[in-house]
Amino acid sequence: MNTKVGYGIALALLLVAPFLIYPVFLMKLLCFALFACAFNLILGYGGLLSFGHAAFFGGAAYITGHAIKIWGLPTELGLLVGAGSAAALGYLIGLLAIRRQGIYFAMITLALAQMVYFIFTSAGFTGGENGLQGVPRGYALGIFDLQNNLTMYYFVLAVFVIGFLIIARAVHSPFGQILGAIRDNEDRATSLGYDVDRYKHLAFVLSAGLAGLAGATKTVVFQLASLTDVHWHTSGEVVLMTLLGGLGTIAGPVVGAGVIVTLQNYLASGPLGAWVPVVLGTIFVVCVLAFRRGIVGELHALLKKSF
Amino acid sequence: MNILTKLAVGASATAMIASAAAAEVSDGKVKIGVLTDMSSTYSDLAGNGAVVAAEMAIADFGGTVAGAPIELISADHQNKADIAANKARQWGDSEEVDVFAELVTTSVALAVFEIAKQQNKIALVSGAASSPLTSDACIPTGLHWTYNTRALAVGTGSAVVKEGGDTWYFLTADYAFGESLERDVAAVVEAEGGQVLGSIKHPFPSSDFSSFVLQAQASGAKVVGLANAGADTVNAIKAANEFGLVAAGQSIAALLTFITDIHALGLETAQGIQLTTGFYWNLNDETRAWSARFNEQTGTMPTMVQAGVYSSVMHYLKAVEAAGTDDTDTVLAKMREMPVNDFFATNGQVRSDGRMVHDMYLARVKSPAESTGPWDYYDIVRTIPGEEAFGPLSESNCPTK
Repeated sequence: MNTKVGYGIALALLLVAPFLIYPVFLMKLLCFALFACAFNLILGYGGLLSFGHAAFFGGAAYITGHAIKIWGLPTELGLLVGAGSAAALGYLIGLLAIRRQGIYFAMITLALAQMVYFIFTSAGFTGGENGLQGVPRGYALGIFDLQNNLTMYYFVLAVFVIGFLIIARAVHSPFGQILGAIRDNEDRATSLGYDVDRYKHLAFVLSAGLAGLAGATKTVVFQLASLTDVHWHTSGEVVLMTLLGGLGTIAGPVVGAGVIVTLQNYLASGPLGAWVPVVLGTIFVVCVLAFRRGIVGELHALLKKSF
Repeated sequence: MNILTKLAVGASATAMIASAAAAEVSDGKVKIGVLTDMSSTYSDLAGNGAVVAAEMAIADFGGTVAGAPIELISADHQNKADIAANKARQWGDSEEVDVFAELVTTSVALAVFEIAKQQNKIALVSGAASSPLTSDACIPTGLHWTYNTRALAVGTGSAVVKEGGDTWYFLTADYAFGESLERDVAAVVEAEGGQVLGSIKHPFPSSDFSSFVLQAQASGAKVVGLANAGADTVNAIKAANEFGLVAAGQSIAALLTFITDIHALGLETAQGIQLTTGFYWNLNDETRAWSARFNEQTGTMPTMVQAGVYSSVMHYLKAVEAAGTDDTDTVLAKMREMPVNDFFATNGQVRSDGRMVHDMYLARVKSPAESTGPWDYYDIVRTIPGEEAFGPLSESNCPTK
């Protein structure tokens, strides 16, 4: 009950937020929040540290951009094509990576993501290091002009809520429970008769598809897809967001993404402009040393202790 | 009506339009947004120095223009197009920024062009290199100030061939910028009667150039062209030096080199390199005076990008002053009409495709013995006339030219 009230308040805040805060910034925040939530599904609930999620995020960003700009698909369809192709890519990468655990899993995903990076660097349609620019925002459902920032914001909010609900549903379903069981003790899950690899693979594909949805939405918001999206820095950033917010909590990645994106955005124009990476690095170190459960994780623990 | 009356009517009509346009400065201020790389690969050649250059332009202009105060805002885009697009959009939407300046790297410039087009604001590009910014990718309000890949190709390429460097071998960064630079230079070399013996692509970015340099050496070409930038150029030159490429009689043409790169390399390593630049601090009294002031604030000498930022911001402010308004179209018309005359450019001209045409310089890096003081790095071998460097307007594919 309490959580539902909490979500209600959060949604109400998100609905009025664009009147108080610059909407494009909020849209960026929501895209990265969805990305981090998708990542959290595989790391927080599946216990698999993927170091190649930028491949899905950026891959979908490029494919959506191309689909909308060159093929002239409507915006919603473009998003679905992007998310779908990210899920397909997730299926292929998962097929190989899921067979290993721990550091090997991370390395395989990183290596395959780097391959994807180089494909996008040299493929003609991506514009190389210039990026895919000038993607039209189009119309939502054919009527709402997304060129208007406010309309665009509510469209992005809708996409985010859908993605978030899919994740919340997956986590609280029997599927999510089994995933948690696998994370905590894979051998025991196997001995109980679960086909562990299939569950992990499905979670991986789901996570990839939602990360793709986030990347695709980002392309529509900024009207561009660039190599930054597929670069391993982005894979690292999403790990940072998830850990900072709170691993394995539903709201954690949203908070983590909020903190990181806000810092990046506001530090960039301040006197600390040249120090953004240093500040983020310091925060990460402090997080790992002092509050390992992340912001939301620590809050949960605090609440439990006090009541 | 005879001609005189026609003229008089025309003149008074023009005067009326002018007085109507001299409305007001929007939001009671002129705000300049410098979007640059403060923390990443290009922070030396643009970065803080570009912000300082813009501040100097505002201070030299007196802090107010057309009766309104001038404000400056700056941000680090970290070489990421999405951050740049986000910032530029925010500045335009809610910070009342009238003009975007600097914009190093092509992806950033292209992203900001998109915003500038939508919001009808002026973009003054100094750091980005690609020629398409004033050709296929041009926008009506985007001005490309300092240099471009075509000028680099024509400058260094043809000059080197004319001096007898008629066989070339390219070391090319394996991505779009490197390829287009190689293509441009190869075309120039062949048009001048030279010959391209081959090329090798290196990964971007790369730190070990030994094998590439050895292949370049084995090619027997008189000139080794470096179609790369930044740290890659520096690393390639270091490797070439270790293998004694220049000492063995080949010469290096570093197609995109900034004075900060030479500073990082040191003259011992960099001597003899030929390069094209839009600005050199030690050209004449004016450039020396401005650069000395710049040096006081930053501790380094200005790169062409930083000098270009000053020049572009200054020209913008002069145009606002002359127009009496910061209305984009009126100011743009003024900027095109007035020649650019400052320490950076003499009789520079802003073309309808957005290209600022000014003289470029072909330079050769001095040997340590020839250098007489700190930052005394270049011998200016030749002044390349603007028209030759940037090509005629007819060459541009810009649809709105």
